Amino acid sequence: MTDSVKTKLPDILATHAQDLLASWMQRQLESVATRRDLMSEVELQRQSFEFLNAFHRAAEAGALEDVRHPAWRPVRELLERVSQSRAHQGFSPVETATFVFSLKQPLFERLRDEVKDPRELAAETWMATVALDALGLFTMEVYQKVREEIIARQQQEMLELSTPVVTLWEGVLALPLIGTLDSARTQVVMESLLQRIVDTGSLIAILDITGVPTVDTLVAQHLLKTVAAARLMGADCIISGIRPQIAQTIVHLGVDLNSVTTKATLADAFAVALKRAGLAVTRKEGARNGPAAPLFAPVTER
Amino acid sequence: MERIPILKMGGYLLVSIQVDMHDRLAMQLQDDLTSKIAETCAQGVLIDISSLEMVDSFIGRMLANIAAMSRVLDAETVVVGMQPAVAITLVELGMSLAGVRTALNVERGMELLSASRDAAERQDDLGPR
Repeated sequence: MTDSVKTKLPDILATHAQDLLASWMQRQLESVATRRDLMSEVELQRQSFEFLNAFHRAAEAGALEDVRHPAWRPVRELLERVSQSRAHQGFSPVETATFVFSLKQPLFERLRDEVKDPRELAAETWMATVALDALGLFTMEVYQKVREEIIARQQQEMLELSTPVVTLWEGVLALPLIGTLDSARTQVVMESLLQRIVDTGSLIAILDITGVPTVDTLVAQHLLKTVAAARLMGADCIISGIRPQIAQTIVHLGVDLNSVTTKATLADAFAVALKRAGLAVTRKEGARNGPAAPLFAPVTER
Repeated sequence: MERIPILKMGGYLLVSIQVDMHDRLAMQLQDDLTSKIAETCAQGVLIDISSLEMVDSFIGRMLANIAAMSRVLDAETVVVGMQPAVAITLVELGMSLAGVRTALNVERGMELLSASRDAAERQDDLGPR
């Protein structure tokens, strides 16, 4: 298709702007792919209107078969915005692509009414199809890119969220691990723990794995690596929060945790840490024996 | 030829590694340290590696060897001040320096050495088990 071929598409877009928009809107609203729960009809109308306008201007400028042409830049930018907002709103790929593809039927109907010569009609339809297909694919590409960006950002956020190192006491650090431990997370956990050990001069670090859903050989290996690195720095590690099922798994897998102190709960581990630091928790004289039992046997000095 | 100084402090030897370790320097240190332990009858060796930014498997093995040799000569070895990056590297290399004691800084290392000397003296009093 060359530019010398005179296309009626711009004229049709101009003369039938109103009813084209109306029937396109109707098609979009009828289609199951329109999510009225995510987007209002007014918003959809506005997007459709803007797209038709931009499409008309681009078609007038020619180069219908090449949507990468500079004349199509406004259309591409508009679709980029639409696709981006839909990706963020949670539209599915089909729902996003339908926006462009649903224009085909109304547009072809107008072409059929306007162009009488069958050969010419076929040529016009082909040109419109090429343009709309390219725009639809472009929409999908942007949608995919935006989704990937969202996933990457969430991964990063998860990584940052999941590695807090808290100071329980002077010289006692705790690291509540939540979620599955893979190599990348272990690296982040290890780095932040070791840095905090240096910063605070802590002697004991408690790794709490209450929030780790499963412990397989790889996770255990990662845990042991962290413990070994902390030991090289001169800090002792205690692993706590080992659930009964996990204790069973560890033994069945043949993982050797003998070199590490392990405790069932964080409270037990904290008690050990205090003991090693030469500290004891005592009940205040005259305090009532409430339901809150002490972490470990109170020291009675009477 | 450059050498790593070995300082004698009471019954202990203090080695502070302030330069980039290369293999020849490591071997030299190993030689110097073992002869110094024998010469001074030192009870403990404290190796400060807080300035060491990079390690390889050779240096890691050298540290483990020094600890093992000192033990044969009846001196406890404590490695102090390891940087986080160095610790991670050693672990990734699969060297957890099992026989080496570690501490966060020189002060803690000294405490560790005197504690183990006290324990050893008590043990000596009791005689062999």
